[in-house]
Amino acid sequence: MSALAELPPKNFEVMPKLDHAGEPMGELLEVSMGPHHPSTHGVFRMDVVLDGEEVVKLKPVFGYLHRNHEKIGENISYLSSMPYTDRLDYFCSMTNNWAYALTIERLAGLAVPERAEYIRVIMAELTRLQNHTCLIGFFVQDMGALGTPMMYAFREREKILDLFEAVSGARMMCNYMRFGGVRVDVDDAWLAQAKKVTDEYGKFLDEFETFLSANEILLARTQGVGVIPRELAINASITGPMLRAAGVDYDLRKVDKYGIYGRFEFKVPLGEHSDIYDRYMVRVLEMRESIKILQQALAAIPAGPFMDPKAKLRGFRPKPGEVYGRVEGPKGELGFYIISDGSPNPYRYRVRPPSFINLTILEDMCLGHKVADAVVILGSVDIVLGEVDR
Amino acid sequence: MLGEQILKGMAVTARNFFGSYVSKDRLTTVQYPEQRLPQKANTRQFPMLVYDGDPEKGLRCVACTICEKECPPQVIYIVKSKDKKPDYKGQPQLYPAVFDIDISVCMSCSICVEVCPFESIKMNTEFELSTDNRFEDLLLHKQDLAKPNEYYHQIHPDEANESDAVLAAEKAKAEAKAKAAAEAKAAADAKAKAAADAPAAPAATTTTTSPAPITPKPDAAAASATKL
Repeated sequence: MSALAELPPKNFEVMPKLDHAGEPMGELLEVSMGPHHPSTHGVFRMDVVLDGEEVVKLKPVFGYLHRNHEKIGENISYLSSMPYTDRLDYFCSMTNNWAYALTIERLAGLAVPERAEYIRVIMAELTRLQNHTCLIGFFVQDMGALGTPMMYAFREREKILDLFEAVSGARMMCNYMRFGGVRVDVDDAWLAQAKKVTDEYGKFLDEFETFLSANEILLARTQGVGVIPRELAINASITGPMLRAAGVDYDLRKVDKYGIYGRFEFKVPLGEHSDIYDRYMVRVLEMRESIKILQQALAAIPAGPFMDPKAKLRGFRPKPGEVYGRVEGPKGELGFYIISDGSPNPYRYRVRPPSFINLTILEDMCLGHKVADAVVILGSVDIVLGEVDR
Repeated sequence: MLGEQILKGMAVTARNFFGSYVSKDRLTTVQYPEQRLPQKANTRQFPMLVYDGDPEKGLRCVACTICEKECPPQVIYIVKSKDKKPDYKGQPQLYPAVFDIDISVCMSCSICVEVCPFESIKMNTEFELSTDNRFEDLLLHKQDLAKPNEYYHQIHPDEANESDAVLAAEKAKAEAKAKAAAEAKAAADAKAKAAADAPAAPAATTTTTSPAPITPKPDAAAASATKL
């Protein structure tokens, strides 16, 4: 028995590099990054082929966190799927809840009371704030700023999670929205606290931007890196801040005006160069717009019921039909496609996960860049593996 | 100047570092378990079963298995009893012979609480449940789940008051209904009796002596009175 057979399997492979004439000239190295690499935001693997340090081929491999979400959704009742949607993108359970509730409301023809609509907008925008803040912390960490920006981001996120916990009982797995409204009402003390957090958030963003936005290292690492051409972004159906960083004016809050977003005044920030820095900046500006929406919503929230009286918890059977509902999640267009056959369970339950679809053009973004840039590019896509693998 | 912005960023770091000695906003860490944050009113961890009075007889659960069916990860296991015992309204009801919750799988979603029509299953706030036996110690039985109503009042005061009010209303409704049924029966009996011995004068005393604060069928009573 040779000594080689006892070694553990290698996680790299050396391949011959060929020139144009097909003659060997040096070697290519195939490295498997992940699934437990600290920079891959969960259990995600990139098979990269390197020429020196340059990425010449990249294959994203996922499915390590597959939980059969869609099939489970077809085997349990409509209401029981709601807590599972929390676990899709575990950073933004509120917007996931909203997308699912919106879809079923469309299917069952339920109306949402005014107050519930306002509460939903407040929750969704708070979710957007904390998601974007944490994302910036994470991807700056991928660049090597170990800890500090991320800890500041988490400190601020904690304030928003406290708000979520106070109203829904859980910090991340909120399970808060219901078909035809929300589960519990918010009280005046909560609204006052939310207002305080919102007003202070602008100050934090100023500090965060002084800290990062003009930092020379950040500029050197992000400008001109990971560019997606505008046409490719549209053709690959990229959504969310990544699409807007490519200069495409497409925000479902403006396009669909779902809920009551038509009533609020806010702008959609657009990028120009479609590189990582633009994606960073679009997110910072989006947070500032979210603060504006929050201030308007918190000022205008009316009193009243928070649940449609027609909605019922037990024995919910919507009439047969099919429906697609979507919201602008912090990561992009989150959609649910449901076919009902009139039974208590959906006949077909399908999720359109934004970060999964945004991930599909990872190779196009990474080719020609250094392997260290591939990590930052992945960080700028804003993936959560709970949603990618489902 | 190259590096100017880096220095500005470091000034932010320094402000946060030194600020953490003076400002509570910049030092948010809590030294658990010596220091603890107060629990939020709606906090939920794992389900529990509420009882009034006796832990065995006073259990509100009537083993309807709605929570078992609705539970998303299917962690509730109920075996219905063969016999019946009176519930808080005095009606004979089934009770759970076995009620198990596997909290190693439970995802604390509180769907069971929402669908329960008997105000029986509620969310506990206990979270320090770590154990070195991941099978038996994390499978909670009826005895482990049963918690007195006073405990529920302690952990969720507002919610418990609401739930008590719902139960009291149900009970009052049931009592009123029982009373109404009893009176209707009495009136019907009296009517039948009156019809049976109509010529006999003493029959009038039987109807007049029964006071009726809530008359179920005033027209029937009035009819019988006028007939007499």
